[in-house]
Amino acid sequence: MASTSSREVAHNGLWKNNPALVQLLGLCPLLAVTGSVVNALGLGLATMLVLAGSNTVVSMIRNHVSEAVKIPAFVMIIATFTTCTELLMQAFTYELYTILGIFIPLIVTNCMILGRAEAFACKNPVAISLFDGLMMGGGFGLVLLSIGAIREILGSGTLFADMHLLFGPIAENWTLHLFGEGYGFLIAVLPPGAFLVAGADLDSPARAAPR
Amino acid sequence: MALLKLTSPHAHAAQNTGAVMRLVLLATIPGLLALTVFFGWGSLINILIAGTVAVCCEALVMRLRKRPVMFYLRDCSALVTAVLLGLALPPLAPWWVVVIGTGFAILIAKHLYGGLGYNPFNPAMVGYVVLLISFPVQMTAWATPLPLYPEGLSAPSFWESLQIVFPVLSPGNIDAVTAATPLDTFKHNSSLLVTQLYEKTPLFSQAHWAGLGWEWVNLGFLAGGILLLARRVFTWHAPVAMLSSLALCAALFYDSGSSASHGSPLMHLLSGGTMLGAFFIVTDPVTSATSNRGRLIYGALIGVLIFIIRSWGSYPDAVAFAVLLMNFAAPLIDNYTLPRTYGHTKSRRATKKKE
Repeated sequence: MASTSSREVAHNGLWKNNPALVQLLGLCPLLAVTGSVVNALGLGLATMLVLAGSNTVVSMIRNHVSEAVKIPAFVMIIATFTTCTELLMQAFTYELYTILGIFIPLIVTNCMILGRAEAFACKNPVAISLFDGLMMGGGFGLVLLSIGAIREILGSGTLFADMHLLFGPIAENWTLHLFGEGYGFLIAVLPPGAFLVAGADLDSPARAAPR
Repeated sequence: MALLKLTSPHAHAAQNTGAVMRLVLLATIPGLLALTVFFGWGSLINILIAGTVAVCCEALVMRLRKRPVMFYLRDCSALVTAVLLGLALPPLAPWWVVVIGTGFAILIAKHLYGGLGYNPFNPAMVGYVVLLISFPVQMTAWATPLPLYPEGLSAPSFWESLQIVFPVLSPGNIDAVTAATPLDTFKHNSSLLVTQLYEKTPLFSQAHWAGLGWEWVNLGFLAGGILLLARRVFTWHAPVAMLSSLALCAALFYDSGSSASHGSPLMHLLSGGTMLGAFFIVTDPVTSATSNRGRLIYGALIGVLIFIIRSWGSYPDAVAFAVLLMNFAAPLIDNYTLPRTYGHTKSRRATKKKE
């Protein structure tokens, strides 16, 4: 296991073994918060941060926890990082924090994070575990971002609306109006749209692979 | 002596899908006529647009799936979906509303699930619901009945109707004149007794039984439905169950005509999409329950749901939602209403009991 190359880790996380598209993990936030780019990006970054942190710490303690208490220990670590992220978002991006609401604390229950701790971080050294966390989180975030972008374009005809919630005042006028004012195809931003767009995207790595 | 030895059914000719579908199309004509007489050319234009889009989408999908295109176009099933959707949509709805709804119905609700015979949901109703939740403004504006047009305004001609539907065609924008439907009127009534409401609202005071225009539209679909029933395209179970449960609910909650009343049974039977739903949507052989007993349950529950959503929901009509919800339940109903096979005393279970 120790021989896993960083190239392979990156390929796995971002594409071939993508947590959202192939492993189908973390679908609840995937469906719930991808109504716009800013929500998707916010949650994607938060998840990535938690995953990178938990992978690092789990890897550090991997030789010191016994098999029996492994899972509770991992959950404690993940919960700690989630709380940190939640407090950080509350401090710096308060409005986005209120929009994402329950889905930030729910990062704890994201199977992807516990899955990576169990499947990768507790068997590999610190550096590669951190990298794996970044790549898996990044892969998840990118899927969130692309679904968010498609739904925002289809549903409200804009792209990058309200980005100032995440990036502060410089992003005030990043909003692109693609189809003019007054456009709206509500179903895309409502829950059915999440299922339709996510359904169209699922398993794309396998479908794109040459047969 | 040679006796003819044949077992039933003694059918004279094979009932093919195309023939049935064409009969269904024919049966919508009385309702369409009433819609055109009372609400103008809008519904006809809806149907023309929807029909064109549906045939194109069907051909495209068949092409992509490498099936014989003409064979599948000739069964007219796409056309039936388009006509039913066109009849359900508000007359004079903008063209893109009709195009999106029909495209969704054919491409996603029908062919993504495997095409005719495999779709779990009624495609026309899926198209309608997608439009209703996506474009509430356009979908809740129903054209004014022509006899109630405001003073000085004449009903739009066919060309003017086209200009309303395709704003590109008109130099100065013509607006459609819209008004509340009987169901809207009851929904927004909070202070008037039913008798006062009927006196004060021209929509009711100028009508015979239920609501100006709407009663004839619904009677038209009823007539078409009876034709189909007489030709044995479907059995009476589902529509009769639906209509009687709707009427029963309405009677129970009529509240002797107080201001909290949700409308009389007659008003519910002859308003909105009731008859179109009862005879053209609920009877869909693909998405409804299969056995006669199952159809009774299926239809009755649709009637109850229609009344609930009409009375306490926030949408203009409820037929589409009720039908889709019960489409979900149809396999479950089938599971518990398996008919007894001839020669057996008890019906077989549809699924094996786990030991």
